[in-house]
Amino acid sequence: MNPPAPVAAASPLLEVRNVSKSFPGVRALRGVSLSLQAGEVLAVIGENGAGKSTLMKILAGVQSADSGEILVDGRTVTLDNVRAAQSLGIALIHQELCLADNLDVGSNLFLGREPHRGIFLNPARQRREATAALARVGLDCRPETPIASLSLGRQQLVEIARALSSGARVIIMDEPTSSLSQGETDRLYTVVRELKSRGVGIIYISHRLGEVTALADRVTVLRDGRNAGELQRHEINHEAMVRLMVGRDLVRHHRQASGHGEPVLQVRGLRTETHPTRQVDFEVLPGEIIGIAGLVGAGRTEVLRAIFGIDRPLAGDVRVGGVTVKPGSPTDAIACGLGLVPEDRKHQGVFLEMAVGANTTLASLGRRSRWGLIRRKTERALATELVRRLDVRPPALDQTAQFLSGGNQQKVVLAKWLALDPRVLLLDEPTRGVDVGAKQEIYRLMEDLAGRGVAILFVSSELEEVLRMSDRALVMHEGRIGGELAREALSEEAVMHLATGGS
Amino acid sequence: MKKLLGIFGLFVAVFTVTSLINPQFVSAYNLQNLIRWTSLFGIISLGAAFVIITGGIDLSIGSVIGLVGSMMAWLLTQKGWSVGATLAMVMAVSLGIGLAHGLLITKVRLQPFVVTLCGLLLYRGMARFITDDQSQGFGNTHEGLRQLAIGRVSLSSAFAIPVPLFILLGIAVLSAVFLNLTVAGRHLLALGRNETAARFSGIRTDALKITAYVLCSGLAGVGGILFSLDLNSIQPSGLGEFYELYAIAAAVLGGCSLRGGEGTITGVIIGTAVMRVLYNAINILGIPTHLEFAIIGAVILTGVVADEMVKRVAARRRAARDRADAG
Repeated sequence: MNPPAPVAAASPLLEVRNVSKSFPGVRALRGVSLSLQAGEVLAVIGENGAGKSTLMKILAGVQSADSGEILVDGRTVTLDNVRAAQSLGIALIHQELCLADNLDVGSNLFLGREPHRGIFLNPARQRREATAALARVGLDCRPETPIASLSLGRQQLVEIARALSSGARVIIMDEPTSSLSQGETDRLYTVVRELKSRGVGIIYISHRLGEVTALADRVTVLRDGRNAGELQRHEINHEAMVRLMVGRDLVRHHRQASGHGEPVLQVRGLRTETHPTRQVDFEVLPGEIIGIAGLVGAGRTEVLRAIFGIDRPLAGDVRVGGVTVKPGSPTDAIACGLGLVPEDRKHQGVFLEMAVGANTTLASLGRRSRWGLIRRKTERALATELVRRLDVRPPALDQTAQFLSGGNQQKVVLAKWLALDPRVLLLDEPTRGVDVGAKQEIYRLMEDLAGRGVAILFVSSELEEVLRMSDRALVMHEGRIGGELAREALSEEAVMHLATGGS
Repeated sequence: MKKLLGIFGLFVAVFTVTSLINPQFVSAYNLQNLIRWTSLFGIISLGAAFVIITGGIDLSIGSVIGLVGSMMAWLLTQKGWSVGATLAMVMAVSLGIGLAHGLLITKVRLQPFVVTLCGLLLYRGMARFITDDQSQGFGNTHEGLRQLAIGRVSLSSAFAIPVPLFILLGIAVLSAVFLNLTVAGRHLLALGRNETAARFSGIRTDALKITAYVLCSGLAGVGGILFSLDLNSIQPSGLGEFYELYAIAAAVLGGCSLRGGEGTITGVIIGTAVMRVLYNAINILGIPTHLEFAIIGAVILTGVVADEMVKRVAARRRAARDRADAG
């Protein structure tokens, strides 16, 4: 082994210089830099899609950067695979835990680097080392405990113990508290402070600005794949962070708000599996466009799914025009006048191997059939009309949908619902993966439908979209509606403030 | 359509080669037998096709045939039941089996393979138990009923069409109408292609899947009735053994993808015909019959490999196009 090269005392534990990364069609990172000192907690924050996850994946060796430099202890390193990152002491604690839940705690701690003697496992040594590793994170359980019997918070501590026992000096925590209870969160804070005092550098990614304020020594803000600014310990507060995360002015599009009459959709006391203790209540008027904003994991998609009956809600009821929709039955939801353009177009929306025409008429066939028989001419005429109305290109009814672009596939999904003349249209990320032109067409269509009295409820992670389209926005935070913003009160700052738990 | 042409070409090729080597193959007697057996197997293959189109599998077809066949002979000859009551009973049993499969698969969320594998063992055991494992038969009785399987309608003095062909055609026409012209049939195809999207489109996916299993076991029941009437000597331990494999092979050869969502009625019938012609050719050309399973295995394998290749080429083309779109 070579003796370590002499390094200046001030050189940071980890440094990222000018890192860029592109994916087909997206520039995820454009010259991002950051540095982390030993014994420091650096929070990295930003809106959804600001590039946080990509940066962390690069640091953990899951993806490699297109350009830029990464330095550990002042020396340039190559992180082209996970093992390289691990051997340099960088460990990523994923948002979703990566534990094998059929194994016990000890085996999970040493997964992939089991203590062994020749080809045989060495359980005695594993037990000894596991006990020591668990003590370091203050986890009072035996290595033989099945991992599945631990709470999520304790499983997280096992992950941290695993990182430490593999010699990690930089621990990246991606939304570590997203599934923890308050008590477990406090426990995690204690462990983080303990690690810090032992000189471990921690990169802490969180949407919860309250946590950041409590834990971070420094904050780096990312926006649109670039550094948006940095806050020192004494500068960290909620407003400053939101200002840097949002940071740009938007041209607001003005549409005559058109909600009127009795509410057509009423959601009362709705509770879903992901946030069983939070409930959602709201109403939508005919002709109204309501945006549901919030961070990933705030429970927005779950609300749409529960309304449409994809998942059966734990409690609560959904009424369309005063009639209660049978919970857990999309068929009944459709009969009541609901339609859902789902989040995952390719898996949930479009039938890729089915013809475009058949895709557009699929949900409405029953309504237009006679004695269960499809009326070919009627079907054909309807498909032709829908494809024309939505300007699906190319307008070839017999071609399979897989050959259409993302935007045109989305139009086909929309056509499927328009064929039913819905009273309420639910859209989940309606313009995700859609090019700019198709995006404008989808917006126009939403406005056109609202003009005809259809109530529109859409979920979007793009703030611009929420600001542009909503007559009213509901901002969700951790499973409940954190606040409602009327059109006049809508601003990026206001939405981000509510989405991150401000009140 | 291309798949149909391929399998039809294979049929013509095997047929032509065999008849050139041994003209006995195209004798009226041999052709009538061939048509009768193709019809019987065609009926059970159509049932298998419905399940395969949903993306599922039914391994219990052969055992349902064994149970229904033995039960029918046993009820008629040993228990003295009337023809009507017996037929009603065995059909109720087979439809009930299908319903049970469907409910276990959709409501209890068990895997089709596991459910129907247990069925394979269970119904065979029941067939052997109720008949005390004694071979059953109709002797010289029920000649009228047996005409359903062994009867023929004379076209000329030289050739007569076996009655089972008419039964197959009747079932095939109904199946084709169901699959191609009804809302439920379209939904069944959609379900097989993309179950999640089907559910998001408000299609009652569970009800449709149950229907497919009921149709499959029901058609196996019809097959069981006809096979036992045809054979007249029924071994409860042997009737229908491995027939599920013939049915699945015929459906796959006929263009059904085991991934679900694909298949045509005509294709399945031609697929069945290929299987029977192959089998007949083995006999008539003096190839050792011990090779039967080996040949059938090779044919299924070829079909599945070809299916995979087609899918892979399509996926590669799609990926190339997506890249072009993104760039």
